[in-house]
Amino acid sequence: MKTIKYREAISEALHEEMMRDETVFLLGEDVAGFGGVFKSTDGLFDVFGPTRVIDTPISELGIVGAALGAALVGLRPVAEIMFVDFTGLAMDQIANQCAKFHFMTGGQAVVPVVIKTQGGVGFGDAAQHSQSLESWHTHIPGLKVVMPATPYDAKGLLKSSIRDDNPVIFIEHKLLYLTEGPVPEGDDYTIPLGKADIKRKGKDVTIISWSKMVLDSLQAASQLEKDGIDAEVVDLRTLKPLDLETILQSVKKTGRAVIVHEACKTGGYGGEISALITEEAFDYLDAPVKRIAALDTPIPYAEPLYRAVIPDSDKIVKGVREII
Amino acid sequence: MTTKSEKLDLYRLMYRIRSFEEQGFVSFAKGLTHGVLHLYVGEEAIAAGCIYDLRKEDYITSTHRGHGHLIAKGADLGRMFAELLGKESGYCHGRGGSMHIADLSLGILGANGVVGSGIPIATGAALGIKYKRLDQVVLCFFGDAALNTGASHEGINMAAVWKLPVVFVCENNLYGISVPIKKACALDTLANRSAGYGIPGVSVDGNDVLAVRKAAGEAVARARRGEGPTLLECQTYRWYGHFTADDGKYRPAEEVKYWKEDRDPIKNFARQLLDKKEAIQTELDQIHGEINEEIMNAFKFAMESAPASVERMVTDVYAEQQRLISSGGGKATI
Repeated sequence: MKTIKYREAISEALHEEMMRDETVFLLGEDVAGFGGVFKSTDGLFDVFGPTRVIDTPISELGIVGAALGAALVGLRPVAEIMFVDFTGLAMDQIANQCAKFHFMTGGQAVVPVVIKTQGGVGFGDAAQHSQSLESWHTHIPGLKVVMPATPYDAKGLLKSSIRDDNPVIFIEHKLLYLTEGPVPEGDDYTIPLGKADIKRKGKDVTIISWSKMVLDSLQAASQLEKDGIDAEVVDLRTLKPLDLETILQSVKKTGRAVIVHEACKTGGYGGEISALITEEAFDYLDAPVKRIAALDTPIPYAEPLYRAVIPDSDKIVKGVREII
Repeated sequence: MTTKSEKLDLYRLMYRIRSFEEQGFVSFAKGLTHGVLHLYVGEEAIAAGCIYDLRKEDYITSTHRGHGHLIAKGADLGRMFAELLGKESGYCHGRGGSMHIADLSLGILGANGVVGSGIPIATGAALGIKYKRLDQVVLCFFGDAALNTGASHEGINMAAVWKLPVVFVCENNLYGISVPIKKACALDTLANRSAGYGIPGVSVDGNDVLAVRKAAGEAVARARRGEGPTLLECQTYRWYGHFTADDGKYRPAEEVKYWKEDRDPIKNFARQLLDKKEAIQTELDQIHGEINEEIMNAFKFAMESAPASVERMVTDVYAEQQRLISSGGGKATI
């Protein structure tokens, strides 16, 4: 297995799927010659040309609508929305159209659309370019939501998302693009949607997380180990469908659950997971379920300010200690 | 040149649409359809004139006021009524209702309950046609109010820039629910919006089925030649309120009377056929009789059908893998 960057894993997944299936194409803002503002579509235009790698006007609603229309006539579009913050501009096409088309037509059509986007705090992008808005999308029946934390997962999950016959919101993280890791090659390599991955085995507490916060959680687990606390880190990878079985197995083993996400606490997906653990495994819990999430503020610009808002490994360590 | 048999076809189609809508209204009034209906009565010449010449493999996108488009594309009246009545035999198994009836196998890419939202979808279907290098076209129907949405702007602009095979058909019935178009748009002629996209705009009497057919035919031919989209405005009027629970009292009585008595697309077309001796009354009466029977049988089918299944509803939120795309999907030929 070769070691490549997260963003290279993504462009490699796109490249392989476009080679494998000529109905797969990419459209979005600056995805063609420019290669995407985070270079996750770099090189594809040179290989596949303007018919299959399409620069669009700045029209998020139009991009997702066009992807849906193309899917209905037999194509498998990957529509890039540059920042997850901008999915708000496309929300009618995402939530009212893509998500419901199969259902509303009585199952007459499928909607194999991937909405590829990215989120999270990163480069001083402030309030309109740094959000974690996955729970907007998990709330809509008909959508699948995928948030990979490693290059390995990013490639395998993107390939599965493209092959899926349902609309998938695929959310990358801007601070992960330059992270490196081992990544397999070839058509056969995919990761099924809806399967969590235990990134670290442990017996004292279960830390449930996704996207970049998985890396922070792993760092926190290393710090906790020095104090003799053995944390298990469950990377959900796919928020919807949710791998509840893996969560419950882990929590039943450790008796303690901490959920870590970069999104605001109120209305965040951590609340949903907490409720499910309480409903399904209450008798196994030795402590209340703990959520470690961003403050309920917009993401500020200055570094000390945004660091105060989002979780990090120190805050995770502190949170875990509170329930042990 | 329109032949006599084509004219009688167009007459039959308009009469079928109106009869369906009137039966729909009766079933709503009797409480058989619990959802509201957005009736197409008064606008029949647009669906008939635009869709009559389309090929089976051509696509349309429809709206909340979409029954007429479906009937013109060949949809089964029994399955349509069954959907209004919430039956399992309905096109969408009772999950869609009036606003979302579609038959994907006839190239109907959904009927949209959100004003303007079908426009980018039509653009995407046309992008797919161009991608696959086919000579199909998409007819995208929407009302006057839809032209003021962001979806309309984004969708038409993208289709214009990419020269896609789509015709944007604006059914200008002068009102967006209760608000007259004059209060929502500063243009006298909505077709003039086309100038902002660098595409042709054509305005036509939407109650004259032959004029609509001619204008739509030219726009479709242009799209099929690869010359890009046209904005076709069809001026018309809806006889009922916005939906069946709206009495439409915000419209002046004399205005409604004028459109119903002087501008009825079906009555006027019948008079034209009779005056020019292209049809005799008994021919038209025969059409009326046949359609009335067709409507009765279709409604009976719907009434006798089983209610929608809750079990199937829950399992169809997500598609299983490897399902066929019924709208002609599969592998594209590049």
